Amino acid sequence: MEEIRKISVEQCCIYYSVEASFVQQLDEHGLIMLSHSGEEAFIEYDQLPDLEKYMRMHYDLHINMEGMHAIKHLLQQIDTLHAEMRRLQEGLSEE
Amino acid sequence: MEYIDYYKILGLNKNATADDIKKAYRKLARQHHPDLNPNNAEAVKLFQQINEANEVLSDPEKRKKYDQYGKDWKNAEQYEQARKQQQSSGSAGGNPFGGGGGSFYTESGDEGDFSDFFSSMFGNRGGGRQTKFKGQDFRASVQINLSEAYKTHQQTFSVNGKNIRITVAAGIENGQEIKIAGHGAPGANGGPNGDLYITFEVHNDTAFTRKGNDLYKTVPLNLYKAVLGGEEIIDTLSGKVKLTIAPETQNGAKIRLKGKGFPVYKKEGAFGDLYITYQVQIPTKLSEKEKELFEQLSKLR
Repeated sequence: MEEIRKISVEQCCIYYSVEASFVQQLDEHGLIMLSHSGEEAFIEYDQLPDLEKYMRMHYDLHINMEGMHAIKHLLQQIDTLHAEMRRLQEGLSEE
Repeated sequence: MEYIDYYKILGLNKNATADDIKKAYRKLARQHHPDLNPNNAEAVKLFQQINEANEVLSDPEKRKKYDQYGKDWKNAEQYEQARKQQQSSGSAGGNPFGGGGGSFYTESGDEGDFSDFFSSMFGNRGGGRQTKFKGQDFRASVQINLSEAYKTHQQTFSVNGKNIRITVAAGIENGQEIKIAGHGAPGANGGPNGDLYITFEVHNDTAFTRKGNDLYKTVPLNLYKAVLGGEEIIDTLSGKVKLTIAPETQNGAKIRLKGKGFPVYKKEGAFGDLYITYQVQIPTKLSEKEKELFEQLSKLR
């Protein structure tokens, strides 16, 4: 089985200079997913792009948790619509 | 090199206050930030300009210098020379993605190069967002033809001077993205490298229309063959196929050739179907004799 690569939230917050509470809130809002081992919380490497994205939105663009939650939902919709648009653009005259 | 009007980019006039600049920047950044405009290379470019304008105008030193020299830009030869020196000493950054006819960009939008105008006035930018743990992801788009996408094939790219060869499995879709783990920017503090995401733009260079794994084609059929039946040889992506035309085949009749469509992505041996629509060709420029015969036929009905 593939080794799951992860970093503790504590360590991660030191590297990224963010509050642990910010990361926990992202988890609570379902924006990222933390894993737990005993007392300690971990973030898996494949969650890091999302963590960084929400860090940019929050700290650079001043978007709050609720706003990011709404954005996540809208981005998913855009994604679906893009895929749908591509299918339609493929110029189907036939059924 | 073009003069860049940073005030115009942020929609401000020259006596904007620091607060105006901050507000204008945040407002525009929220609109054009690449995180909020996925898969949009145009937004990446625009955001870079906004960032650059903010970098200059929000820094009192830089703003002063820009205001002072900016308007005499065309006469400012010393900057032109400085630029040349900088270029000969080798510029940092640049496009790390070469070959393959694709385009490259990073999506977080803060690692991109600033303009020549900026670097000639302020030097190469030192700071920017630094990698804290995971390396930055790279994004690239690659254009391939539908006939290439039909077969599993290899593509070689060079990313940051390193060649990587990937196998593109048959049946890849237009707009499909594949992730090549670890081929982004290096990580820091023992963190993982970023990943490379490649989006495929598949251009149709065939006579078929693709819908998912199925292919569609309209085939002209001469009137006599449609009426009396016969055989027709048609091209498919896997070679020629001989079809039997039933007598009295109607215009617009459709047939399905099972398994003659497009390969199913990463499903060995599985193919979609090919749908053929017959388009009956009515003869033109009829001779007197032909007209006569058609009239005879019409009277028999």
